Amino acid sequence: MLGATPLLADVGYQSNWVSILGEPFMRNAFIGGVLVALAGGLIGYFVVIREGEFAAHALGHIGFPGATGAVLLGLSPTLGLAVFCIGGALVIGALGQRAREQAVATGTILAFATGLGVLFASLASRSTSTLTNVLFGNLLAISAGQIAVFAGVTVLIAAVLAVVARPLTLASVNPEVAAAKGLPVRALSICFLVLMALATTMAVQVVGTLLLFALLVTPPATALRLTARPARVCGLATAIGLVSVVAGLVISVMFNLPPSFFIVSIATLIWAITTAVTR
Amino acid sequence: MIGTDRPAAVALRGAAAELGGRTIWSHGSFEVPTGGMVCVIGPNGSGKTTLLRMLLGMVPPSSGEVDVLGAPARQGNPRIGYVPQRFGDTVGSAITGRDLVRLGHTGTRWGLGRSVDDESRVDAALDAVAGSEFAAQRLSTLSGGQQQRIAIAQALVGDPELLLLDEPLANLDLRNQREIVDLLAELRVTRGVTVVVVVHDLNPFLPHLSGVVYLLDGHPHYGPIGEVVDEELLTHLYGTQVRVVRTAQGDLFTGSG
Ligand SMILES: Nc1ncnc2c1ncn2[C@@H]1O[C@H](COP(=O)(O)OP(=O)(O)O)[C@@H](O)[C@H]1O
Ligand SMILES: [Mg+2]
Repeated sequence: MLGATPLLADVGYQSNWVSILGEPFMRNAFIGGVLVALAGGLIGYFVVIREGEFAAHALGHIGFPGATGAVLLGLSPTLGLAVFCIGGALVIGALGQRAREQAVATGTILAFATGLGVLFASLASRSTSTLTNVLFGNLLAISAGQIAVFAGVTVLIAAVLAVVARPLTLASVNPEVAAAKGLPVRALSICFLVLMALATTMAVQVVGTLLLFALLVTPPATALRLTARPARVCGLATAIGLVSVVAGLVISVMFNLPPSFFIVSIATLIWAITTAVTR
Repeated sequence: MIGTDRPAAVALRGAAAELGGRTIWSHGSFEVPTGGMVCVIGPNGSGKTTLLRMLLGMVPPSSGEVDVLGAPARQGNPRIGYVPQRFGDTVGSAITGRDLVRLGHTGTRWGLGRSVDDESRVDAALDAVAGSEFAAQRLSTLSGGQQQRIAIAQALVGDPELLLLDEPLANLDLRNQREIVDLLAELRVTRGVTVVVVVHDLNPFLPHLSGVVYLLDGHPHYGPIGEVVDEELLTHLYGTQVRVVRTAQGDLFTGSG
């Protein structure tokens, strides 16, 4: 996510877009986008059944000063992003178990973190591209190293969810029954938030903090309108995320415009059509 | 129906409940026999929910002892089924009735393992509450009475010996109230389950009731039916004039005025 975007040509139809798709950075972009869509689809079901949409939105913003602060200290912005997102998840988890209990405090932390991010960004003299990348993402600048991290994080999210899926579902829809059955409701809540922080760290690098919602929340929310079966929601959300990322990337190359715009537009379009049809 | 050889369904010995440093109730000493249908009544905030949560091991007694089915109350007791207050409100639209019922049995299972027995248990629980027809729908699209049936099926799916329900008739119209009461009375007989229900109005339960736990003046008591339902007590309990009428069928009715 560092560095200037490799595509600096003028806006307009690019007749050589097919050959651009074959470039190594495009391969990284596709793999990175697919991994993020996968992670988002897996965690997305729990984001929507826990009403954790606001927390997801907030975590992206909480990561913002992490990334800009890391640049200020000469560290990897991805690391700063991850540390702040996970730290934010732990703070939100400590505030309460239900989305409603967390809302005001989460919003306050969100605003503070954004302010801090702006401060850090202005202090770091060469941070303009980092700032843009964190706010809007830059899938075309994903490196092979980042791909490896994405793959590891996606496997981790899948593995943890495979273990906690049912207790986490019960604790999400029915916390009182889950507690009566002796499930560690609070620990499950924190576990979910940390997984969401990991997915957020990835998604920020693809679409940025400002557009993160479209990749973590919009696909599962769309899927949930079509089915309430958990496995189908995960599958459908992943598919919507994949279509958005892949089609968004191709179109962005065809017209030499930022992929984030098209990814978010496609996800929004699918959501809008689904909402209209299922009304 | 009420076996004297079996340990009491619920036994409190000098039990007290404390929340946030405040004593909610104290000096609870009573036994509820197994096999009955028992209502828990008391004014708002008197600690009825707290009592159920104590039986579930979620609120440890601040003093005294609490036994459930012959063993100290503990969390994760598979012999208890629980329908919490406002079940439908908390669940939302993201899950079907059937998935919710299944979670009553598989929700404590880590990992992805399934067993063939899971679905037949869910079928049996849904049959028991006459809920098979609407179980495929999302909970939020069901009526209040249907939601309550799903909640009861979720509590039943683990084959409990004791069923605890917290205000299951809240927000139901009279017809649905009667249907849920009849269902609980039927389950008590067909499944031999002891039913303990927190209610605001004893009336719908009176034909089936074996006893009442009443939270009065900060102390829980138990009285078998006949002893507890007298005008003086109920009037005292609710702070309003209550009448008890014995009809030709032997039913008791209470009502204000
Ligand atoms: N976690 C808590 N901390 C402190 N007080 C509580 C807590 N939960 C409930 N209470 C208080 O305990 C009292 C009994 O609550 P509850 O058992 O829910 O009453 P009921 O179910 O009879 O209406 C109420 O006054 C309530 O405000
Ligand atoms: Mg209550």
